[in-house]
Amino acid sequence: MKKIMLGNEAVARGLYEAGVRFVSSYPGTPSTEITEAVAKYDEVYAEWAPNEKVALEAALGAAIGGGRSFCAMKHVGLNVAADPLFITSYTGVNGGFVIGVADDPGMHSSQNEQDSRHYAIAAKLPMLEPSDSGECLEFTKTAYDYSEKFDTPFILRLNTRVSHSQSIVETSDRVEIPVKPYEKNIAKHVMMPAMARGRHVVVEERLAELAEFAENCPFNKVIENKGAKIGIITAGPSFCYALEAFGDTASYLKLGMVNPLPKRIIEEFAAKYERVIVIEELDPIIETHVKALGIKCDGKNLLPICGEFSQELIADILLNKKNDCYTLEDNIPVRPPVLCPGCPHRGVFYLFKKLGLYVSGDIGCYTLGAAQPLAGMDTTLCMGASISALHGFSKVRGEEDKCVAVIGDSTFMHSGITGLVDITYNKGISTVVIVDNSITGMTGHQQNPCTGFTLKGEPVTGIMLENIAKAAGVDEAHIRIVDPNNLKETEAVLKEELSAKCPSVIICRRPCALLKYVKREPALTVNADKCVGCKMCMKIGCPCISIVDGKARIDATLCTGCGLCTQMCKVGAIV
Amino acid sequence: MTKNIMIVGVGGQGSLLASRILGNAVLLQNYDVKVSEVHGMSQRGGSVVTYVKYGDKVASPVICKGEADVIMSFELLEAARWLPYLKKDGVIITNTQQINPMPVVTGAAEYPADLVEKMKAAGAKVIAADALEIAREAGSEKAVNVALIGMAAHALGIDDETLREAVRISVPEKFLELNLKAFDLGASHSA
Repeated sequence: MKKIMLGNEAVARGLYEAGVRFVSSYPGTPSTEITEAVAKYDEVYAEWAPNEKVALEAALGAAIGGGRSFCAMKHVGLNVAADPLFITSYTGVNGGFVIGVADDPGMHSSQNEQDSRHYAIAAKLPMLEPSDSGECLEFTKTAYDYSEKFDTPFILRLNTRVSHSQSIVETSDRVEIPVKPYEKNIAKHVMMPAMARGRHVVVEERLAELAEFAENCPFNKVIENKGAKIGIITAGPSFCYALEAFGDTASYLKLGMVNPLPKRIIEEFAAKYERVIVIEELDPIIETHVKALGIKCDGKNLLPICGEFSQELIADILLNKKNDCYTLEDNIPVRPPVLCPGCPHRGVFYLFKKLGLYVSGDIGCYTLGAAQPLAGMDTTLCMGASISALHGFSKVRGEEDKCVAVIGDSTFMHSGITGLVDITYNKGISTVVIVDNSITGMTGHQQNPCTGFTLKGEPVTGIMLENIAKAAGVDEAHIRIVDPNNLKETEAVLKEELSAKCPSVIICRRPCALLKYVKREPALTVNADKCVGCKMCMKIGCPCISIVDGKARIDATLCTGCGLCTQMCKVGAIV
Repeated sequence: MTKNIMIVGVGGQGSLLASRILGNAVLLQNYDVKVSEVHGMSQRGGSVVTYVKYGDKVASPVICKGEADVIMSFELLEAARWLPYLKKDGVIITNTQQINPMPVVTGAAEYPADLVEKMKAAGAKVIAADALEIAREAGSEKAVNVALIGMAAHALGIDDETLREAVRISVPEKFLELNLKAFDLGASHSA
């Protein structure tokens, strides 16, 4: 049946049709919707794991157990999961195993640009790369047969534009694949030196077989156009941009299998054209391979390593073509993302700035607290680093009464706990603020171990952050729970714990304002007679408040009545 | 030949539903189609853009400068921001609603005045109306996306019946009537 599907939904459909039984992932833009979509199929067990390392290990366990399995993550998630990733090529699989990883060129929603193909090369794993939803479904489904044939996981490399674009797919029915028998085999599954030495040989032999397979893989396609003098070697969404820019004036070698790369097809293709151009986003991986074959080609000498490609970029650089367009003389103000109206994180960041703290930040919606006018953050590194990096910062500077870490509930469960243990074990006295909005916010409201629900919506006993803090060695008297919308209380607790000479955890607990069960209060209004235009209310960076004719004004369609501005107003003008 | 449509606005305004409706309308006509959306960080009140492309065969999922046949904007400043993406002779359909971006809220920048007139003066064909008011008249502010599709109906080159059928497929049954009303009211502004 013909349907229009998001790339991520098409991957999920491919998993369903391939008879996959087990899916474990951690959310991360742009990969999140794969796992959300596959969870809707009753035949597939699907879960959110606390982090990507756990997800990949769980999925590997399921594969060793004989079921077809899958895990998804964003590119930086694969860094977290790198340890088990490298061992998967040694153990191989039993039931088929596919690892989905979504890169984010252009950094639509990420802290860096990273090319996951390096992982496939380093971990010696085969990698497929689709360029639209149709291929997402086809490649995913077929990858399971390949995985079982070669006894190795396959990595499916996605990209923001592939994951988040809808295009047409052809769906079919699910094929039920029974769980394969499990046989104990310590030479294959117990990776200690004596066994691993033997398995490394298997890995290298398999890689050679895969390289031969790449020569005939149906996902590596040649599109020849008569009279074309340019041959373009490309993969993934870059193929789509190149095709739109060059049309039938060039021929294409579209590589669907990007590790290992074929040799003979590339040599045969390149020999036919006067000029060969490699068009690939991020790092020159295909280009390096092509050059190593002794083929002269253009690539990163002309095209950028940084940022996302488009037909416009390719046409401009390679064809010297630019479209006419309309322009305005006005300077159009930028519209950066902001904390939502009623966001429970807003007050916390206002207080950080007010108290002049060094703030070791983390990854989530609350990273937006770094932007003006809140400007309440000094560093954002990677998941969980707020706590561990604060520990190091404080140890060298000895200013622990002026520093805090800030981390969300889901990020704390992901990789914040070990950082807290570092503080308590090593006699730190740092203060950790957990902004607990009872959901994984930035990726679009996924459940996590603290929320009390699973991915499939089943109720479970939520893990209490305060219990974890206690178990990690924080004195109960210094585990504080506050309502972040109560500025006075939150400020007082912050001051107390910053001056304490022991580790402390402050849990700022209030659910995300966008959650359906959170009741909106009536919109607040400004009494213009009382307003003195002091702009104190503007310091919290609420998108509902603006100054019109010297007085504050609240947009009633956006205001959730959170009351933060009421507490900021010194003359009682906001009610 | 492909037709390129951009849907632009402020994160949270509901542009994803508009793109789903258009995607379904195009599919009903048996075209090849690609719809590219933005998720994640940009949804938090930032500038958002969705591309809908259809034709016999669509290659790239994105639309670049000077390529859009139609731009539908949920907000006036966003219409102005994305104007350079309009093809010469393309049509820009905009809601006249204004939402201040953070630099305007904090006083670091000003919201430019008379944007509809300025876009027209630059040579663009502009259809502007208060889509929020149209949606309210139909029964709910939430129907603003369908009101905009109505306003764009003529420019989209998809017949009204197909668009109405796509609305039927895409919105919940209990909101269908008010959405169809929003479509019709919007369509009365489409010329």
